[in-house]
Amino acid sequence: MSMMIDIVSWILLLSGGAFVFIGGIGALRMPNFYTRVHAASLTDSMGTILILAGIMLQAGWSLALIKLLAILVFLLLTCPTASYALANAALLSGLKPDAKTLSPDDKGRPTP
Amino acid sequence: MFFATSIAILVTMALALARAVMGPSVYDRVLAVNMFGTKTALLLSVVAYLYGRPDFLDLALTYALINFVGVLAVLEFFQNRTVSPDLNKNDDVR
Repeated sequence: MSMMIDIVSWILLLSGGAFVFIGGIGALRMPNFYTRVHAASLTDSMGTILILAGIMLQAGWSLALIKLLAILVFLLLTCPTASYALANAALLSGLKPDAKTLSPDDKGRPTP
Repeated sequence: MFFATSIAILVTMALALARAVMGPSVYDRVLAVNMFGTKTALLLSVVAYLYGRPDFLDLALTYALINFVGVLAVLEFFQNRTVSPDLNKNDDVR
């Protein structure tokens, strides 16, 4: 039984790490600000869920499980709110989102 | 297992720092700070189980809260500062 728990938490942890890493790459590669906020905050929430779920399996029924639940709830509440406030502040201060779609060039790659 | 996850989180922190340094507008830097803060909370909870010390989880909890308040305070600080027009063009990342 404990081997099953280890395997499941191992899968959750590694997929959470992959999501977090994809979020980091997305924040770097995206062309303008709003796509970066989208990339970073989306995978951030998903990575948090997976990693903390993986750790919760390891924690078992203990006080640490309650602390992990509190961390998960707070992170899931605060991270989207912070991203919304960030995008809202940027929009209010005049950083216009790039409305025109990136027209694909002959090889199909989007050109700004 | 925990070590691989902490390596992934550390690499993401480095990417967030790179975005903070390269970020053209000031909001990219705030985005990097926000990412860095939440990743620190995650890293703290992963390291708590890497070294078998569950009392790190309180640190991760407080850090998640303080990071949120800090990001909102910084955003409130330059809410009404107008963005220079050259920031609205795309920096083409191919």
